[in-house]
Amino acid sequence: MKTMLAIISNALCRITGKNAGAQTVSEGARVVVSRSLSDFTPQATFDIKKCDLHSLEAGPPEKAELTREQGLQYYHTMQMVRRMELKADQLYKQKIIRGFCHLYDGQEACAAGIEAAINPSDHLITAYRAHGYTYTRGVSVKEILAELTGRKGGVAKGKGGSMHMYAPHFYGGNGIVGAQVPLGAGIALACQYQGNNQICVTLYGDGAANQGQLFETFNMAALWKLPCVFICENNKYGMGTSVERASASTDYYKRGDFIPGLRVDGMDVLCVREATKFAADHCRAGKGPIIMELQTYRYHGHSMSDPGVSYRTREEIQEVRSKSDPISMLKERMLGANMASVEEFKEIDIEIRKEVEESAQFATSDPEPPLEELCNHIFSNSPPLEVRGTNPWSKLKSVS
Amino acid sequence: MATSLKCLLRSGKEAAAAPAVGDANRDLAAIQVTVRDALNQALDEELERDERVFLLGEEVAQYDGAYKMGFTGIAVGAAMAGLRPICEFMTFNFSMQAIDQVINSAAKTYYMSAGQQPVPIVFRGPNGASAGVAAQHSQCFAAWYAHCPGLKVVSPWNAEDARGLLKTAIRDDNPVVFLENELMYGVPFEMSEESLSKDFTIPIGKAKIERQGAHITLVSHSRMVGHCLDAAAVLAKEGIDCEVINLRTIRPLDVECIEGSVMKTNHLVTVEGGWPQFGVGAEICARVMEGSAFNYLDAPVTRVTGVDIPMPYAKILEDNSVPQIKDIIFSVKKTLGV
Repeated sequence: MKTMLAIISNALCRITGKNAGAQTVSEGARVVVSRSLSDFTPQATFDIKKCDLHSLEAGPPEKAELTREQGLQYYHTMQMVRRMELKADQLYKQKIIRGFCHLYDGQEACAAGIEAAINPSDHLITAYRAHGYTYTRGVSVKEILAELTGRKGGVAKGKGGSMHMYAPHFYGGNGIVGAQVPLGAGIALACQYQGNNQICVTLYGDGAANQGQLFETFNMAALWKLPCVFICENNKYGMGTSVERASASTDYYKRGDFIPGLRVDGMDVLCVREATKFAADHCRAGKGPIIMELQTYRYHGHSMSDPGVSYRTREEIQEVRSKSDPISMLKERMLGANMASVEEFKEIDIEIRKEVEESAQFATSDPEPPLEELCNHIFSNSPPLEVRGTNPWSKLKSVS
Repeated sequence: MATSLKCLLRSGKEAAAAPAVGDANRDLAAIQVTVRDALNQALDEELERDERVFLLGEEVAQYDGAYKMGFTGIAVGAAMAGLRPICEFMTFNFSMQAIDQVINSAAKTYYMSAGQQPVPIVFRGPNGASAGVAAQHSQCFAAWYAHCPGLKVVSPWNAEDARGLLKTAIRDDNPVVFLENELMYGVPFEMSEESLSKDFTIPIGKAKIERQGAHITLVSHSRMVGHCLDAAAVLAKEGIDCEVINLRTIRPLDVECIEGSVMKTNHLVTVEGGWPQFGVGAEICARVMEGSAFNYLDAPVTRVTGVDIPMPYAKILEDNSVPQIKDIIFSVKKTLGV
């Protein structure tokens, strides 16, 4: 979709011969081009923040190359996640989404940057703040929102909910804090065992960083040189507890001790991408696991039950929004380097809003899963079995 | 590196050589195999049969030490990504630390993902009371795991059970909790030629009637099956004919087998090593009450269980904390009103 925009506008400009100042609106294509594409810079190099290093001689490059196409794609991804999460917020307040809902807005550069640096055949697992990753790993907004609203069109047919969405090479969505970290190392073990040169990106938060099972996992991953990129998304607060109050050491990139680490600006999608590329290369070269700490920020509270302002100030949130918003940063960079136009971004925004709106429509109108589905999917590849209902006469059927 | 790791994980424990089937002595007696050897043979065969199968755990291969929650999670993750791990606990008591991974990451995932993400994994290890290992190392986890949908829970008694059920468990695409018994490892059993064949499997969810009888049904699992058979032998001399059922699987429970037997004998005694409250016997009572066999009972069901206390250390106390043969005999007579 993102590159289609460029292709269509390219073609239109050549066909119509229009250039600077003229508006071209193509029927049904939803494209508005106000300048000739030959005006835009196709590729630029940007300075990115240097990463702090732990047990590493050298780190990721301090410059990142960005093509126009990549830039628009990253923008599209981040904006889509942003709008999807805001829509989820809205639906939750309308009580159409219920239960747990942990929103990702503010952290988009992490998901987008990581995905830009790995292959679809690589693996990824995260905790419960998972909607962004569900999207970047290939699930449509429609299926994500419909899962949040608990409908049969949801990615898990309405049976999983916010924290339990899966896709090929994406292992959720995990509700128990920290449990996904050993799982991720296990996935990396499978990669190594199968010799397929794939890696596993295993994410956790600053809240999980002090858990024992993480250190058990670090030990085994290092011992066996598992191709695992451990990523700590440090958004400064574990629920309502700031990192200073929770951790004796807030240098999360160093906590792997014998595992090398880097601390990355998680608000800059290019920084995240370069660091992830560096980390992935490290693993694929057989050097063993590596830890990345992404310094990021969430605009929402921990979950929809948490307003998020009792443990931090509105001023702080506002400051991050105005100075470090990942989407604005990318947009300004591209505009500054003349890689795209304001109108183009507006068009993308409109297109995204439309898709999110349509997805929300679907998510609110799709029926709930049928009761016949209740007991299915207990076992894989097994003959149908009988499941006890709420009373002894209620004998329900379960198929794989 | 990958190959050496692979070898390490697939080498397993030292396996005693299997008794030679083509031995000249074969004519004289059926082959005697200990439970330990039966397990090891089954493991070796399954490791060879499918290269995705591998062993992981405490004290397997070269690694010493126990990293419980970590390695259990790693095993589950490997299963999610296409391998078929056999995750070994030194005893199931340690699994209590890792139980979150067994339940929340393994058992529930196929359901939560609406069928997208199977978890083909076997959790095995000794379960229940041993000898002199005291309270923290003697707990029976049958009821704990059997409570959870998404898990299959098996509890073999003899060498044939161990071999057939382990093969089935490894070939199953779902999480299977395989409860062994340390005191049974060294016990030899006769094994038929059929049961020694490479593809010998025992279906999960089917109990076995080890001894036919007319007067009373004894239902048990694991080591207690042996106790029931011993009790039955003593009772036979007094003219009481016991039918002994070896559950083999705790979840799903073979209620049909139990009901069929009760409809014949009209009396039921359950025997388990675990604690009484909310246990295997309690579940059997509930199921029998809810089903067709209830009207055939001439007396309430009797549960013989471990004593409702943490396991003590001193031998005399330990001996009196688990069902003994005399307890089974006593319970049978009480149930029959003799």
